[in-house]
Amino acid sequence: MSFEPKIVGLLCRWCSYAGADLAGTSRKKYAPNVRVVRVMCTGRVEPTFVLKALEKGADGVLIAGCHPGDCHYVEGNYKTLRRFLLLKKMLTQMGVEDERVRLEWVSASEGDRFATIVGEMTEQVRKLGPFPRNGGNNG
Amino acid sequence: MEDKEVRIGVYICHCGSNIAGTVDIEELGRFAQKLPSVVVAKDYVYMCSEPGQSMIKEDIKKLKLNRVVVASCSPTLHETTFRRACQEAGLNPYLFEQANIREQCSWVTEDGAMATDKAKALVSAAVRRVYYQQPLETKEVTVNPNTLVVGGGIAGIQAALEVADAHHHVYLVERTPSIGGHMSQLDKTFPTLDCSSCILTPKMTLVGSHPYIELMTYSEVEEVTGYIGNFKVKVRKKARYVDEDKCTGCGVCQTKCPYKVDSEFEAGISKRKAIYTPFPQAVPNIPVIDTKHCAYFLKGKCRACEKFCEAGAIDFQQQDEIVEVEVGSVIVTTGFNTFDPTPIYHYGYKQLDNVITSLEFERLVSASGPTGGNIVLKDGSTPKSIAILHCVGSRDENYHRYCSRVCCMYALKYSHLIKEKIGAEVYQMYIDMRCFGKGYEEFYKRLAEEEVNFIRGKVAEVTDRAITDDEKGKLVVVAEDTLMLNIVRLPMDMVILCVALEPQPDVEAVARLFNISRSADGFFLERHPKLDPIATMTDGIFVAGCCQGPKDIPDTVAQASAAAARALAMISRGKVEIEAATAEINEELCSGCRVCNNLCPFSAITFDEDKKVSRINEVLCKGCGVCVAACASSAITGKHFTTEQIVAEIEGVLV
Repeated sequence: MSFEPKIVGLLCRWCSYAGADLAGTSRKKYAPNVRVVRVMCTGRVEPTFVLKALEKGADGVLIAGCHPGDCHYVEGNYKTLRRFLLLKKMLTQMGVEDERVRLEWVSASEGDRFATIVGEMTEQVRKLGPFPRNGGNNG
Repeated sequence: MEDKEVRIGVYICHCGSNIAGTVDIEELGRFAQKLPSVVVAKDYVYMCSEPGQSMIKEDIKKLKLNRVVVASCSPTLHETTFRRACQEAGLNPYLFEQANIREQCSWVTEDGAMATDKAKALVSAAVRRVYYQQPLETKEVTVNPNTLVVGGGIAGIQAALEVADAHHHVYLVERTPSIGGHMSQLDKTFPTLDCSSCILTPKMTLVGSHPYIELMTYSEVEEVTGYIGNFKVKVRKKARYVDEDKCTGCGVCQTKCPYKVDSEFEAGISKRKAIYTPFPQAVPNIPVIDTKHCAYFLKGKCRACEKFCEAGAIDFQQQDEIVEVEVGSVIVTTGFNTFDPTPIYHYGYKQLDNVITSLEFERLVSASGPTGGNIVLKDGSTPKSIAILHCVGSRDENYHRYCSRVCCMYALKYSHLIKEKIGAEVYQMYIDMRCFGKGYEEFYKRLAEEEVNFIRGKVAEVTDRAITDDEKGKLVVVAEDTLMLNIVRLPMDMVILCVALEPQPDVEAVARLFNISRSADGFFLERHPKLDPIATMTDGIFVAGCCQGPKDIPDTVAQASAAAARALAMISRGKVEIEAATAEINEELCSGCRVCNNLCPFSAITFDEDKKVSRINEVLCKGCGVCVAACASSAITGKHFTTEQIVAEIEGVLV
């Protein structure tokens, strides 16, 4: 059986979750591999959520929020970006491939964009294969 | 956390075939039944319907459920519905969780097995999450009974009057010197052909004199803070350089002012003075000085207006003034802009004489316009043939893909007015005739009998390069007649471009100011395209008119009245429920590092110097959770989005 990656989506409820809903409402077809967890703002996303997801079986994590300047809470997404850059540094050092953890801006009107990102990410993670847990070979 | 056993009920919605057509409902039900703490798992064709809701309510009572999960559509659509159902059965609404197995599952894949798998993951996540959910008390805040209306076009006028007629105070802010908007520029209105001014100006006068309306023209909203029921708004009243209390509106200043510039109101086809009221019926009838063109402001000399003003109303020292108002709700009616067809160079706008936009024609044909309603060419002669080009900038991949919804109808109106006034030959160059409103199709039928030529085909170009003698000195309209399957070349005297309605140039900044999202076409995004085209995603902010999308006058008025009704409903209840999912600081754990203090975008966190701990003001907190994620001591809990709940959900989607 072919490998179906599991991707956890952490979406802000105002822009990206609404964008994901719009993809559905417009009957846009995309890979069903992303499973969405709704948060009020990406600013709520703790780096540990990403680590937890990878630990518990995710092969990739997609964080998506409002475009810069469009945050419902003024600047929550900027704070996310700052945390994300630090998190990425750490993940890189831990050997987690770049494509597995992504931060994207998706507005409430960008259903197409959401579908494209999910499709693209699913294919990239599929190529990488399952995320090696328990320290990979040392497990 | 309650001590008693957690008893979860899972309800799966078929949504007709919307979910059941893709997801294996039985399989999903069997899966849900086996999840920890699930007491009952049922399915029904429409969970949101009365029988569906009753099923949940009965089970809460009979089976002593203390948690409910509904797997159906997006929570954006029905979270409120199901929360209410739970509440009616005596269960705290925050003990409900919705799994979105329609918009984010059954609608986005055709693979039944994968959809079912995903639905299982989403249901498992909801079940795990709801286990940790805790009852929250919604707080009620009082509603300030004042309303702010932004934009004084017909939408704003209608909304303001509706609210004010109920004897509630309205602040109507308009950026230009007068209210009236685009409707005041129109001549006749389709399909009844009543004169726009005749139906609009009485309403404008009412607004100007209404005891419950405070009209702020030549003013702009600068800042909006607060929340539903309690907004604080800063309005910049731009300096008019005319004392509103002294000015009698006599108009002498305008006759004496020696400087002329293109009139915005007349769509640039005639001039106004540097001190001006946009049009004679302006409300308020108080001029403003356009400092960009006034000789005194540019060169320090002139002051003719001041010299001749008997009332002594001219005040060159006037300054902008910031006015702060407090309101319970905001109705945004900022309207539209007309598309500038200059980039479509092959239509010759601004290159060829007598190629004009619809708005320019509107002023040309208006009895109160610069020509007194005489349809004339640039040289003053009367045109014998006129082509009307539909969909200029609309339904066009290069500009706007949407239909502007009013052009077909006003184009038909033009035929009638042209025939009536000068009897010229008229060609309607259309793609599709869209005459969908009440009385519109009848109007189309009637016009079709007035010897108007209809040619179905998008115009390729408008040129002055003549091929035959007939074409010499004419505007040649070249198009493919897609019904006759031939190329036509029509020598015309005048060409009218029916330009698209597009979002205002500063729509992005205005959207940010009021925290409104925009749809792909650039207009403001309504909360729901069908069931709530009035509210926005920000509670207490409503939209009406063309700022939400192109629409005609009847639709605009209907939407504006609806927005007013929403504002009035809030006022009449006197209070609103606000977000209970706020953040809370555990003072025992707080280290007093103050990181959260500066992170909070709403200044809801303050520092208690005595106890050396931070505190959150629950009324100001909007529950974004940015402080929760940042707290190094894990002292802050984001209610309804606790770490425990989110992690449980993440684990749940990964089954």
